[in-house]
Amino acid sequence: MITTSGLTKVYESRGRQVTALDGVDLHVREGEVFGVIGQSGAGKSSLIRCVNLLERPTSGTVTVDGTDLTALAGKGRRAGKDLRRARSSIGMVFQHFNLLSSRTVKDNIELPLEILGVSGAERSRRALELLDLVGLADKAKSYPGQLSGGQKQRVGIARALAGEPKVLLSDEATSALDPETTRSILQLLRDLNRQLGLTVLLITHEMDVVKTICDSAALMQKGRIVESGTVAELLATPGSQLAAELFPVSGHATADDRTVVDVTFHGEAATQPVVSQLARTYNIDISILGAAMDTVGGKQIGRMRIELPGRYEENVVPIGFLRERGLQVEPVEDPRDGTAAAVPAQQHVLAKESAK
Amino acid sequence: MTWEEMRPLLEQGTVDTLYMVLWATVVTIVAGLPLGVLLVLTDKGGLLQNRPLNKVVGAIVNIGRSLPFIILLIALIPFTTFVVGTFIGPTAMIVPLAIGAIPFFARLVETAIREVDHGLVEAVQSMGGGIPTIVRKVLLPQALPSLVAAVTTTVIVLIGYSAMAGAVGGEGLGSKAVTYGYQRFDTTFMLVTVVVLVAIVTIVQLLGDGAVRLLARRGRTA
Repeated sequence: MITTSGLTKVYESRGRQVTALDGVDLHVREGEVFGVIGQSGAGKSSLIRCVNLLERPTSGTVTVDGTDLTALAGKGRRAGKDLRRARSSIGMVFQHFNLLSSRTVKDNIELPLEILGVSGAERSRRALELLDLVGLADKAKSYPGQLSGGQKQRVGIARALAGEPKVLLSDEATSALDPETTRSILQLLRDLNRQLGLTVLLITHEMDVVKTICDSAALMQKGRIVESGTVAELLATPGSQLAAELFPVSGHATADDRTVVDVTFHGEAATQPVVSQLARTYNIDISILGAAMDTVGGKQIGRMRIELPGRYEENVVPIGFLRERGLQVEPVEDPRDGTAAAVPAQQHVLAKESAK
Repeated sequence: MTWEEMRPLLEQGTVDTLYMVLWATVVTIVAGLPLGVLLVLTDKGGLLQNRPLNKVVGAIVNIGRSLPFIILLIALIPFTTFVVGTFIGPTAMIVPLAIGAIPFFARLVETAIREVDHGLVEAVQSMGGGIPTIVRKVLLPQALPSLVAAVTTTVIVLIGYSAMAGAVGGEGLGSKAVTYGYQRFDTTFMLVTVVVLVAIVTIVQLLGDGAVRLLARRGRTA
């Protein structure tokens, strides 16, 4: 639905060149919620603004719903008619909502329809319908200044949907909101994604956002995408930073003669109660040191850190049993003696960052 | 002079002053508003970035603003005669008044429009809005309270200018004050004229402030 290839953006200020995007290849499938996560300055904002060409990429192409937007843009600074038409089928929500304080909530939602040339009666009908959809039917006559942050973002979402877009871009839509409001806005985005088949590309610096609603995610660092894929694919990638952040597990061996392994659950294999099967088959005691699991569509995905009695060499058979079940098993190095095979340390790549 | 003698002079003067100021304000808004918008749009990083045009318009506006009004008034006599047919009387005075106020108003418009959050412009761009849409639906409505305040300030400046115009063949309260108050040494009449001018300015300021408050209240708090 959204494809960027070789997307590069170089800013020039006072003779110095700053590369914000360095050859970004991104592919967002139709109907999915795709999250791009990274620290501020990683280029996320430039990326999402290049998707609807609010920012002109220095090189590379952007294709949305089969239309090459970079070809429509032409050379000039001003957006031509074709690009403006294409933009009207891409909704966008902003961190600071960007509602017009001089217009009522209803009139704000009608604005994109005015631009599209929709008649007054039809605009009014659609605006009320959208207000109902985002749960603000009683706020039509209010001004944005009278609403809370969460309500403003709901209006922002309703406005973004007015042109019946197939794609919604979310530029840190929840970063200015408190945790509870963030959850309700994410839930709304999730519902819209399911109900309307809306493809959502969002950027965020909060791992929780990705965890809550994303089907796929990409990690951005210094203008590049360093990891990308569906949540299951990321989990299946050994040493994935994103998987480690999404499903963090901790804990280490309780005694010397113990083996600690991380078991990753994803795909078909994750439907069976493997841990109890393992315990019964080999008559061993298993301790669960830590787990980060989610059940999505009846399947369990996530990771679990378990401890088996005996050294690693003695546990080859039980580990083989888990691998036979289609699970991914990685031994965890014991920090005290370093017996097991080395596993890349799980570093916290995404330091907590306060909302901008 | 008795009150009976003063009254018709004051009435005529007030009518002439209001006539000149009103029409000069209309012309100033019609010409100054687009000029102010142009200054913002053509500036560096603006939607219609055009440095040479911006520099030229900016220079003309600055020259217009730095000329003392009394000089402008005299310098414009040939132009005024060309446009109106005469340079004497309230109708003729509309020309120099408007030309004196346009650069001033254009700068106030520029400042007001710069205050509008750029995020709103981006939001409308993301909806597929072009520059005319951005100007009509974002920049002007969002800046409206500041624009109304700018008009108020301009009207008051024009009232001051119009009194000066009285010295160069204009009509209005200024002309009456010069003729009867100054040249005939009638201090009482001079004082009464000043009181009337102060009253007019106060009323304009109150009306303007009221309108700004009404517009600003909309959308901010309940």
